Amino acid sequence: MDRGAATADEKALVKRLIEEIHRLLGKRERPVRFMEVCGTHTVSIFRAGLRQLLPEAVELVSGPGCPVCVTPASYIDYALAYAEEPDTILTTFGDMMKVPGSASSLAAAHAVGADIRVVYSPLDSLAVATENPEKRVIFLAVGFETTAPAEAATVIAAKQQGLENFFLLSAQKLVPPAIKMLLDDPETQVDGFLLPGHVAVVTGTSAFEFLPRDYGRPGVVAGFEPLELLRAIYRLAQMTAAGEARIINEYNRAVRSDGNPAARKTMDTVYETIDTEWRGLGKIPASGLAMRTEWSSFDIAAVNPRTVSVTAKPTACRCGEVLRGRVSPPDCPLFGRACQPEHAVGPCMVSVEGVCAAWHKYGGSRFRYGQ
Amino acid sequence: MCLAVPAKVIEIHDELATVEVRGVRRPASLMLLPEAKEGDYVLVHAGFAMQIVTPEDVSEMEALWAEMNGAPRTVESLEKRDG
Repeated sequence: MDRGAATADEKALVKRLIEEIHRLLGKRERPVRFMEVCGTHTVSIFRAGLRQLLPEAVELVSGPGCPVCVTPASYIDYALAYAEEPDTILTTFGDMMKVPGSASSLAAAHAVGADIRVVYSPLDSLAVATENPEKRVIFLAVGFETTAPAEAATVIAAKQQGLENFFLLSAQKLVPPAIKMLLDDPETQVDGFLLPGHVAVVTGTSAFEFLPRDYGRPGVVAGFEPLELLRAIYRLAQMTAAGEARIINEYNRAVRSDGNPAARKTMDTVYETIDTEWRGLGKIPASGLAMRTEWSSFDIAAVNPRTVSVTAKPTACRCGEVLRGRVSPPDCPLFGRACQPEHAVGPCMVSVEGVCAAWHKYGGSRFRYGQ
Repeated sequence: MCLAVPAKVIEIHDELATVEVRGVRRPASLMLLPEAKEGDYVLVHAGFAMQIVTPEDVSEMEALWAEMNGAPRTVESLEKRDG
């Protein structure tokens, strides 16, 4: 998506936007805090240095926007238990490979012979299942509203193709309930939200109307280029300065108010909403998706239930507080010492889209939250 | 994980399209976007077309400039276009 160097026009616009944001918010008693809840936004913000570029009146904090980071360690333990069974192939998105479970990771299991294959699309798993009729193929269905319809559609395609050796191990999550949980916590200080563009492609902007309605907070659906993010921050600054709370769509070229109804229908056909566990955040009501009973023949947890003993060692990892925007990564005693991208302890360091990994790679500069 | 890429639909056979991203052709399922047509630009995520996109509108950026130079706020007009 990198379009190369900024044009003179773009540079002038950036300068002007930053001046305007300063003018709008510079005279307030405390910095205004905006949270992004999308790992791709996190990386784009750090990569472009937007945190440093913004006036001190604006603090950007990263929320639980990285699906890999919020997947519980026990999910990896279950995946590894299935990987150890005979005649089993696991397929997964690449970013799950290095995530630490309680004792091991998919990458470590792969290194000692487990058949774990990285796929670009869940549909690729169906080809693997067709080529290996004597084996079970289990796709690790992790992600937010962006991937859930793709996974549901893959299950429907498996049924159409008559495949009986393809399954999901599902840990799908939904973004709006996590935002609600953060705002229900009186310790969370967030004045507005940069909303995830590609989640909104599916959900539409209407899924975020609860922000102004129930919490009096503004939200702006943002694209992924640095300038698009800056435009969205400017909109948040405008609304904050005017005391307005609305949902504005700054990613019009892809996001409609009703999102993608066909994708949501596909999701609803296969999945139902359940309470689910988020790593670092605990159980969040109605924030997860489980396969409906009529699709249970594709649900490995229903077809072949396993139990794993959770043996997680307690660590000093402060990922949960980082994901709530309460502390910044350097406040964690492990950050940059025991916990580094090459040997991550916590999930926020293991994914390239985790806030600790972004902070470690690009430098956090001046922000120590709340100071 | 949630980054989608814009791609051009080259041809369609049933629910499967061939799309092109910067000269590279790959398959993309239209199961979630049955209305896509040949020649459309679509956002592709994890092998599925998710939405038809319009090429970035230059006038949007010009409107923002105008706004900061004193023209009335453009948010309302953007919302109207969205709705």
